[in-house]
Amino acid sequence: MNARLHRLWGMIRKESLQILRDPSSISIAFVMPVMLLLLFGYGVSLDAKNIPLGIVIEQPDTAAQSLAGAFDRSEFFRPQRFAAIQDAKRALTERRIDGILWLRNDFSNRLLSGGEAPVGVFVNGVDSNQANITRGYIQGAWLAWLQHFATSRGQALDLPVVLEQRVWFNPALSSHLFLVPGLIAIIMTMIGSLLTAMVVAREWERGTMETLMVTPLHMGEMLVGKLIPYFMLGMGGMLLSVAMALFLFDVPLLGPFWLLILCSALFMLVSLAIGLLISIVTRNQFLAGQVALVVSFLPSFLLSGFLFDIHSMPSWVQLITYLVPARYFVAILQTLFLAGPVWPVVLTNVAAMLLMLLILTALVVKKSYKRLD
Amino acid sequence: MNLLHIFSLARKEFLTLMRDKRSRIIIIVPPIVQLFIFGFAATYDLNDVPVAVYNEDSGGASRELLARIEGSPHFSVLYKISSDDEVASLIDDRKVLLVIRPGQNFSANLQRGAPASLQLIIDGRNSNTAMIAMNYLRDVVLDFNHEWQQEHGKTGPPVQLKMRAWYNENLQSQWFIVPGIVGSLMLVVTLLVTALSVAREREQGTFDQLLVTPLRPVEILIGKAIPGIVIGLLEATLIIALMVWFFDIPLRGSIPALYLGILLFLVATVGVGLMISSICTTQQQAILGAFLFIVPAVVLSGFTTPIANMPEMVQWLTYLDPLRYFLVIVRGVTLEGDGFILLFHQFWPMVIIGMVTLGLAGWLFRYRMY
Repeated sequence: MNARLHRLWGMIRKESLQILRDPSSISIAFVMPVMLLLLFGYGVSLDAKNIPLGIVIEQPDTAAQSLAGAFDRSEFFRPQRFAAIQDAKRALTERRIDGILWLRNDFSNRLLSGGEAPVGVFVNGVDSNQANITRGYIQGAWLAWLQHFATSRGQALDLPVVLEQRVWFNPALSSHLFLVPGLIAIIMTMIGSLLTAMVVAREWERGTMETLMVTPLHMGEMLVGKLIPYFMLGMGGMLLSVAMALFLFDVPLLGPFWLLILCSALFMLVSLAIGLLISIVTRNQFLAGQVALVVSFLPSFLLSGFLFDIHSMPSWVQLITYLVPARYFVAILQTLFLAGPVWPVVLTNVAAMLLMLLILTALVVKKSYKRLD
Repeated sequence: MNLLHIFSLARKEFLTLMRDKRSRIIIIVPPIVQLFIFGFAATYDLNDVPVAVYNEDSGGASRELLARIEGSPHFSVLYKISSDDEVASLIDDRKVLLVIRPGQNFSANLQRGAPASLQLIIDGRNSNTAMIAMNYLRDVVLDFNHEWQQEHGKTGPPVQLKMRAWYNENLQSQWFIVPGIVGSLMLVVTLLVTALSVAREREQGTFDQLLVTPLRPVEILIGKAIPGIVIGLLEATLIIALMVWFFDIPLRGSIPALYLGILLFLVATVGVGLMISSICTTQQQAILGAFLFIVPAVVLSGFTTPIANMPEMVQWLTYLDPLRYFLVIVRGVTLEGDGFILLFHQFWPMVIIGMVTLGLAGWLFRYRMY
């Protein structure tokens, strides 16, 4: 056998044994994705249900009751009645309810006399997104009631323009269908960079790097030999996450499975390369761990388009998002899972990841040399 | 307890943290850089959503409605299309988020008093973005309807909603997210400072030396906790100042209440950090431990997604998360103008978390020997 392959094989064997004997790497690769995906899959949700809503009816007659009934029946609200607006406002201040619907005592009179009866709506705006969603649901319940009210009096509801909405890919608008695939990208970013960030740094700190240096191993062989076992580990964790997304969270996979695995492998390589670069540059576990944490978790959580729309960010922040590998993988995952193999989306993002991998490899090669400082 | 002992240990801890230039940088620079980037990036508000218009109507009314949509800062019309086939490719390739399509007889129907339909085709891959975009469009249409009815002498719908938002009157995402970033960054910094402190000494064997000095475990505990709390307090002051002056987040409530919250939050997180650190024997384990705490703590704190949406079991877990309480305090003091009384129920759980974790850490110092 070729001497080079022989040396490489030795290195892979040594790293694999090290992984098998130190359970911490295995737990990063397998326990962490399961735990995080469970926690996030259930914990991260934008679907508001049972919003606590205070309803104040100053004069409880049939018209007012019928409007309030529309909110009682909606699955989005958990209404509570208040006798006076002051009580409801206090409950809103104390965060016991998220919104108030206020029907004043002249509500029915103005409604039945053919005028426009105003209804006061207050929402707690602190969580602006939730407030917007609540506002939308309140408008929805209101429109449904208007329709019902008009039909009950034998009239047609007179709305000049009617919106007809058709949502593609996720008609029920359930947030976990797009959050779970995105979470896979975030979890794998952290695991990939964390796995390798500590590896080379540890060798430097413990002095075993010097031992490796006196062997005939080339630096490149050493790095590849280190990467292969961790790549296998990372892919194992990835497969586990995909299986959970499909079978536990019931996210449909419309794209072909092989394409998903191919893209995942590419992404895994990028994350591993980032971790490797960190550990080669810092040569210190404390710093390597901190840097890995700083560059992987929050950036991939906030800048990848997983939760926040990249188009809406200021353009200088949009430029920064191009540096976040999760950005490309999130786009691929959301498309592959929910829309199927849309080649323009997949290919551009794969190209971007390939370019990143190339640059990272060049940097790793440039920074790694067999020398003692 | 000997104050001199505590002071000298705290001094030594500061020196270990601050002596190395790189570790000095990592404590100070990333939080500030992240506050700026994330403060601008993390927004649920939509600007310039790419839109395609597919207008089959030739009348003036559809043009007027479309002009309103184009005039809104939320939308920018990038494509005007004229066939069904283009819809699918624009949306599939993510070139536009939505296609707006007035029906063939839109203007004619409107003139006759029949319902004129405006069709929306939306990319639901990110359901939240889709929902927000739909809400914006609904507002535009409701406004249009209202004005149309007034101009044509018709009465509007018999019941009108008059909406008002409290505390965050214009519903700006930034007001909600930036205080959350403050809390998350403080958590990351204090945990990184404390989680490695004991583990590093154990790995290097100097912890045994510390144990045979006249220092008692309580003194070691306090000496190790002080640097995290001091660095956290300074960092918190800095990022809160940036939040108020740079991001223009109002500070409407009581500042002493905010500082009490910061102090209790720091005690609780330093406690968690020291507990992780004293369980672990190597730095690698400590980093992992910190990671395994930080990530769920941030995600389950209500930082970006509401706790109320979580299943009940997960909601119970959030009670163990000090960040959960601290975020209510920061948002309460900045936006809602709260003082001590309204925040009381956020203060005491952090005291309990701090006491339990610090107690465990102290116990582990003495009884976990390697």
